[in-house]
Amino acid sequence: MNVGVIVFPGSNCDRDMFHVLNDIFKIKADYFWHEKKLPKNLDAIILPGGFSYGDRLRAGVIAAHSPVISDVKKMAKDGIPILGVCNGFQILVEAGLLPGVLLKNNSLSFMCKWTRLIVENNKTPFTNKLKLHQKIPIPIANREGRYYIDNKTLSSLKKNHQIVFRYSDIVNGSTFRIAGVCNKESNVVGLMPHPERATEPAINPSDHKPSSLIFESLIQTIGAAQ
Amino acid sequence: MSLAKQESIFLEKKIGRKPTNTEFQIVAAEWSEHCSYKSSKKHLKMLPMTGHNIISEKGLDSGVIDVGDNYVVTVHIESHNHPSAVEPYGGAATGVGGVIRDILSAGTRPIAILDGLRFGNIEKDPFAIWLFKNAVSGIADYGNCIGIPTIGGEIEFDECYTNYALVDVAAIGFGKKDRLIKNNAKKGDLVVLIGGPTGRDGIGGSQFASDSLESEDRSAVQIPDPFIEKLIIEAILEARNQKCIKAMKDLGGGGLSCAISETADSLSIGIELDVNQIHTRESDMNPDEIMISESQERMLIITDKNKLKKLQEICKKFSIICSVIGKVKDDKLMRVKKNNQTLASIPTNIVANAPLLDRPSSEPNYLKKLPKRIQLKEVSNLSNVLLKMLGNPNIASKIWAYSQYDHEVGIRTVIKPGLDASVLRLDNGKFLSVKIDGNPKHCYVNPRQGAIGCFEEAIRNVVCTGATPIGMVDHLQFGNPENPEIFWTFLESLKGLTDFAKFFKIPCVGGKVSFYNETPKGPIKPTPVIGVLGIIDKEPSHPQKIDRGNILIIVGNTNDELGGSEYIEYIHGIIGGTCPQVDFKTSKKNMTAVLESIKKGYVKCAHDCSKGGIVIAISELCMMNNIGCNISLEKISAKHLESDRILFSETHSRYLLVIDKKDLKKIKKVFTENNVSYGMIGNFGGNQILFKKGSKSIINLRIDKALSKWEKSLEELVIHG
Repeated sequence: MNVGVIVFPGSNCDRDMFHVLNDIFKIKADYFWHEKKLPKNLDAIILPGGFSYGDRLRAGVIAAHSPVISDVKKMAKDGIPILGVCNGFQILVEAGLLPGVLLKNNSLSFMCKWTRLIVENNKTPFTNKLKLHQKIPIPIANREGRYYIDNKTLSSLKKNHQIVFRYSDIVNGSTFRIAGVCNKESNVVGLMPHPERATEPAINPSDHKPSSLIFESLIQTIGAAQ
Repeated sequence: MSLAKQESIFLEKKIGRKPTNTEFQIVAAEWSEHCSYKSSKKHLKMLPMTGHNIISEKGLDSGVIDVGDNYVVTVHIESHNHPSAVEPYGGAATGVGGVIRDILSAGTRPIAILDGLRFGNIEKDPFAIWLFKNAVSGIADYGNCIGIPTIGGEIEFDECYTNYALVDVAAIGFGKKDRLIKNNAKKGDLVVLIGGPTGRDGIGGSQFASDSLESEDRSAVQIPDPFIEKLIIEAILEARNQKCIKAMKDLGGGGLSCAISETADSLSIGIELDVNQIHTRESDMNPDEIMISESQERMLIITDKNKLKKLQEICKKFSIICSVIGKVKDDKLMRVKKNNQTLASIPTNIVANAPLLDRPSSEPNYLKKLPKRIQLKEVSNLSNVLLKMLGNPNIASKIWAYSQYDHEVGIRTVIKPGLDASVLRLDNGKFLSVKIDGNPKHCYVNPRQGAIGCFEEAIRNVVCTGATPIGMVDHLQFGNPENPEIFWTFLESLKGLTDFAKFFKIPCVGGKVSFYNETPKGPIKPTPVIGVLGIIDKEPSHPQKIDRGNILIIVGNTNDELGGSEYIEYIHGIIGGTCPQVDFKTSKKNMTAVLESIKKGYVKCAHDCSKGGIVIAISELCMMNNIGCNISLEKISAKHLESDRILFSETHSRYLLVIDKKDLKKIKKVFTENNVSYGMIGNFGGNQILFKKGSKSIINLRIDKALSKWEKSLEELVIHG
C-alpha cells in the first residue's frame, strides 16, 4: 500500500495526514511536493488541508494549476482512489475533478467546530466500511466551506449517488447540507471536514471509530486491489 | 527618530566622534525603550530565571525548557499594542507572526498560539467593537493560514483601554534538543537575509511603540503576509535539518539594526553588510530606511560558506528570496556599506547596549484616593444579577472569538479552549498545559497583589488539567515609565511576581516589558499578563461529563475580597476596595492537594474560581454540562459574609472539584493529609442553577436561560453593536 500525500506551498494538514496514515493505520504514505512527478505505483492519493498559496485569488485555485495536478488527473481517470480534505477538496473542485464550488460560510467567518456527518454513499473507496446513514463526529475548520451547486446539478448528483456526506445540522449554509461529494466513477472523493483530526481517542473523546472507518475503507480498497 | 539629549552625548563620547546619519538612525532604533529595555532591564534581573530544566543559550529569543527524552518546549510572549490600536487587523496579525519567528529562531517548530486581547468597553463604544472584531480577524487569518493552532487566551474589556488595544501573543514551540540552534559564528561566515522584501512599512515601529499613542502613524504599522511566513517556517526547518544554520534571528522591532547589532554583540563578532544586497519592495529606499524598516516575515541567518548553496536550494524550493547581505568579521563592529561607501561603522556592544536608566518611583496618588472598604447597596434579586453577570462581556463565553481560530490543526490539542488551560500532546507521551491570565482591575487596586493573583490564576488553570507548573512567562504592560507613579506600579508588580516565582520555584523563562501604553486620556491600568506552562507525565484530566448526584467540593476559603471584582464594577459601578491577596502557603497547599486528587483519579472535573467568583464558576460547570445544581451557601467556608459577597468575591487559591460519591472518602483523606480547608457545597441534578441559604432559595436560574445569555452575549454585541 503506497499512498501519496501531496504538499502544496501553504498546505498545513499534510503532517497530520501523514501521521494518521503511517502511525495510526500503518498505511505507507510519502509526501510529494507539488512540482514532483508522481510515481506510477501509487495506490491512492490524498490532497490534505491548509491554505495553498495563502488562499490567494480563491481557495484552491492556484494549486489546481500546479504541475502535479496533471498526474492527479491521469490517475483519477485510471480509477486510483483520490481523497481531498478541506483545501484538498477545494483544489479538486477547482481542478474540475469534482462538481460544485465552495463559497464563504454563511457566518462569513472561519469556523472551527465539531459537527456530525451522515454517510450518504458507502460505495466509495473511502466509505465502503461505513454503514449508510452512519453518523461521524468530526471537526470542520474553514472559511470557504459552503458547498454550492445549482438545482439541476443537485438532481444529477442525487441520481448518480455523488453525494457522499451531508451535515446532520445546518452548519454553514451548504446546498442540501452537502459536506462531501465524489465523481461519477466514485474514485475521487472530497469533503470539507477533517477525518484525520478525528481518528484518535485522545483528540476525539466522543467517538473516534466512525472517522477511522474512512481510513479503514481505504485499506480495504487498496489492500484488495493489490 | 530621536535620542534623548544625554543619550546623544553619551553616544558621541563612546564612539569619540559625531555619529553618521545612518549610525544615528540605527542607534535610535536600537536604544528605543521597545528594543533596549532601558527602563526595566536593571530590575528584571530580580526574577528567578534558572532551573534544572531550563536551557539557556546566547542569543536565544525564546525560553527553552527541557521536557525529557531529547525534546524541548520553547515559549515566548510579545505584544503588538500600538500597531493594533491604529490598525487592529494588521497589528494583531503581525503580532502573531513576530512571536512565531522568535520560536522558529531557536530551531523549534511553532505548535501553538495563545492571545490576550484587551479593548475599551464594547457595550458603549463602537470603536472598541471595531478594534476587537478586526484584531480577532487578524489573528484568525494569520494563525489559521500558517497552520498553527490558536489554543487559548483571554479577552477583556475595560474603560482604561478606550481608543486603545492590548494584543498579547504567546507562542509555544517544540523540537528535538539536539537540533536547537546554538548560535555561533566565525570570521568568514555569511550573513543571509531570507523572506519577504524590505519595504517602507513599519519604519520606526519600535520608536512608535516607545511613545504614547497620540497620532495614528499608519506607516509605522507592518503589513502581514502569513503565506510567506508559512513558507519561511518550512524552509527554515528544512535548513535546520540540513545543518545550514549556524545562528539565526528574527527581524522584529528595530528591523535589521536590531537583528544585526544584537546578533553580533551576543556572539562577539563583527558584521559587515551591504545595503545594496538587500532585496527591497521599492527601488528608491534609502539606506537608513532599509536599516530600520520593520517589514515582516524576514529572518537573518548566519551560514557557513560551504552550506550556502544548500540554503539557496531550499529557499528556491519554497520560492523565498534569499540574499547574502554581508559577512562575519572578527572586529566586533557593525559596518553598513553601500557599494564602497561606508555609511556606518560602530562597535556592536555600543549599539546593542543602551545606557540603562534608574527611573524614580513613587506610590501613586490615585491609590490613596480609592475607597478601601466598600459599601454595597442591597440587591433584591440575585437571580437577575447572576443573569446580568453572565452577559457581562468579561464573563460571557468567548466562543465567538475562538471558534474563528483553528485550534485543532496539528492534532495535538487534547484539551480544547473554553474551560481552564488548554493541553497539547507532545511526541514523548507527555502533555503540555498552557494558560495566560491578566487582571487589570485587581492590578489597578493593588499592583503587587494583582500581579501575584494573575500568576496564581494561571497556575490554578494549569493545575486543573492535572499539570505541574514548570515555567512562566510574563508580559508587563504599563503606561509611561517616565512618570514615577507608573514606574512604581511596574516595580510593585515585578516584585510580587518575583516573590511568588521564588516561593513556588517556578522560573521565568521569558518575558517582555511594554511601556508607553497611553492614549490622550491617560495611562492604561497596570496590565501584567502571566503565562504558565505545566507538564503532565501521563494522562491529562479530561473534563468528564457531570452526572446527576455528583458532588461539588470547593477547596479554599472565601474571603471578603471584592476589590477590583467584576461584580462591584459591573453591578455597582464601584472601583476600589481590597483586592484578593494570595497567601503563599495556602496557595501551595491547595494546589498540592488538588493535583494529588486529580492524579489519583478522584476528580471528574476541576475548575478554578476567578473573575465573577464562585457563582460564575459553578454556573459555567452547569452550563457546559447542561445540568443544574443545588448549592448550600452556608457550606461555603466564609466568615459571616453577606450572600452577594460570598457569591462574587474573587478570592484566590480556590478550586471547584466535581466528584462521584464513591470517591468522597478517598478525596477527603487527601484533603485532611494536606490540611486544606474545603467544603462539600452541593450536588448536581435538575435544570436549575439553585443556591440556597438555609431553606431559602436565593438564586434560581434555568440552565437554558443562563446558557443562552452566556453563550450569545458577546456575539450579539459584536454583530449588532
